Amino acid sequence: MSQLEPDLKVPLGSLELKNPVIAASGTFGYGQEYAPLVDPNLLGGIVVKGLSLKPRPGNRPPRIVETPAGMLNAIGLANIGVEAFLKEKLPWLRTLDTAVMVNIYGHTLEEYGAVAAALKGAEGIAALEVNISCPNVDQGGMAFGTDPAVSAAVTEIVLRNTDKPVIVKLTPNVTDICAVARAVEHAGAHAVSLINTLTGMAIDIDTRRPRLGNISGGLSGPAIRPVALYLVYRVVRAVKIPVMGVGGIMDAGDALEFLIAGARAVQVGTASFVNPHATLDILEGIRKYCVEKGIVRIGDLIGTASA
Amino acid sequence: MQIKGLRFMTIVEHRAEILSNDEVAPDTFLMRLRSPEIATRAAPGQFVMVRVGHGRDPLLRRPFSICGSRNEGTLLLLYRVVGKGTRILAETGTGRHLSLMGPLGHGFRAPGKGQSGLLVAGGMGLAPLVFLAGLPGEGRCTLLTGYRTATEIISLERIGAKELEVSIATEDGSAGHKGLVTELLEDELAGTGGETVYTCGPMPMLRKVAALCLERGVDCQVSLESVMACGLGACQGCAVKAAPKEDRTYLHVCRDGPVFKASAIDWGAQ
Repeated sequence: MSQLEPDLKVPLGSLELKNPVIAASGTFGYGQEYAPLVDPNLLGGIVVKGLSLKPRPGNRPPRIVETPAGMLNAIGLANIGVEAFLKEKLPWLRTLDTAVMVNIYGHTLEEYGAVAAALKGAEGIAALEVNISCPNVDQGGMAFGTDPAVSAAVTEIVLRNTDKPVIVKLTPNVTDICAVARAVEHAGAHAVSLINTLTGMAIDIDTRRPRLGNISGGLSGPAIRPVALYLVYRVVRAVKIPVMGVGGIMDAGDALEFLIAGARAVQVGTASFVNPHATLDILEGIRKYCVEKGIVRIGDLIGTASA
Repeated sequence: MQIKGLRFMTIVEHRAEILSNDEVAPDTFLMRLRSPEIATRAAPGQFVMVRVGHGRDPLLRRPFSICGSRNEGTLLLLYRVVGKGTRILAETGTGRHLSLMGPLGHGFRAPGKGQSGLLVAGGMGLAPLVFLAGLPGEGRCTLLTGYRTATEIISLERIGAKELEVSIATEDGSAGHKGLVTELLEDELAGTGGETVYTCGPMPMLRKVAALCLERGVDCQVSLESVMACGLGACQGCAVKAAPKEDRTYLHVCRDGPVFKASAIDWGAQ
């Protein structure tokens, strides 16, 4: 019965997502890779793999290690570069009935600006998601996102060079994520997404060498979910802009925790590796939960966690 | 599913019933699964991503080369217990179901009629080569297999490939030729010529096979293994260094392979 069908639409700044389930950057390629198994048109959005100005080959292998209830990756932000993206990937993405968000990164402030500028005016891009977890070559390789002022500077240069809503993706590898969230909000970010991966490593005890070619990598998967949830809960209370929750979401129950904590939408990443239909299963589970609990609009659920 | 503007390889994810899961050599198992969806589409050299267990640990799917498919919709996987995932697989009994995703990747170009194939297998590398050799109506295949010792030898009869012509090498000389399987290959390559070499196994063996073939200008197709997360080309986790002549620095085992021309790989980096 149609009146029982919950309204899953969520506003995200000037955007409206048809539902709160989004495929996370780096885990869903450029959308096409999963298309034999997942109809992207059913999703609230997809965030495509992080783009840099020039193509980047990525780190030397091994790039992936499984860890308890998680995985470490050190892909090295391999990507085809913004020019090839516009020519080879965007024309197909543009035909989709979903919010296509483009993750971007740089190694200098100028590179962030240049990537945003290259995407300016491109049709079919709903928003930019800015990865501020990468090393700043002008500051000895320290990640941009660990310093509130530098995070704000990245946000500003991207905003100056784009006509699209800007979502800043926050790193959990900081002392006070709320300070970074407030800084990018103040700089004009339209939304934040969190968390990016937690930095970690693994060692092979037989060879006594790090298991990743890059030594360290980003931890993702259910192992990090409680950390992500708590940081989302705190950031939701620290800023007024919308928050997207990311980190170890495997099923609808996990996603609902983030929504109740106050996330306007959730991104699903590593779960897609385990269950290629994870995004759609989560969406269906959220829908069922709303029906069972008599929730008419998903907005009535968001941020309802009691103290 | 049809999505405007793209033609897809058909990739299926479904729960397949385990028809049998037998130890065919110490710690080595042949699993037969009911999977008409994948078995009818699979080509030798392609692989499936298998979810082991149902929990969060182990988390990732495991890639396995397809060891064979039968007309009635049975898929064969050959695996050795090497870690947590394969131990769980070995303990999963007949009648249980496993989530399979596949068929994935690019397989071998089989030898044409009148052509011959030299198949060089090390350990579990036997799996895709047995599938290749079992193709009906194709060229003649000779199988060279290498093991450390005789007790590891996998009976071809037990994995349904008894009609193959096979030579065995063991490192300790407990069966067949004493030494490496690559020494058997060197002898074969000194013969008539004109064949294609197909190989799968541990990296040191593959490196040697590739070197022998490249030196002699022999066509060589190599199936590589890698840790993988997605199996679909999305995560780019299974990178392998490409030969300098390639237009990319890295190739991806899941999508560009797992079967590559030996000349496409930078063997010095492996």
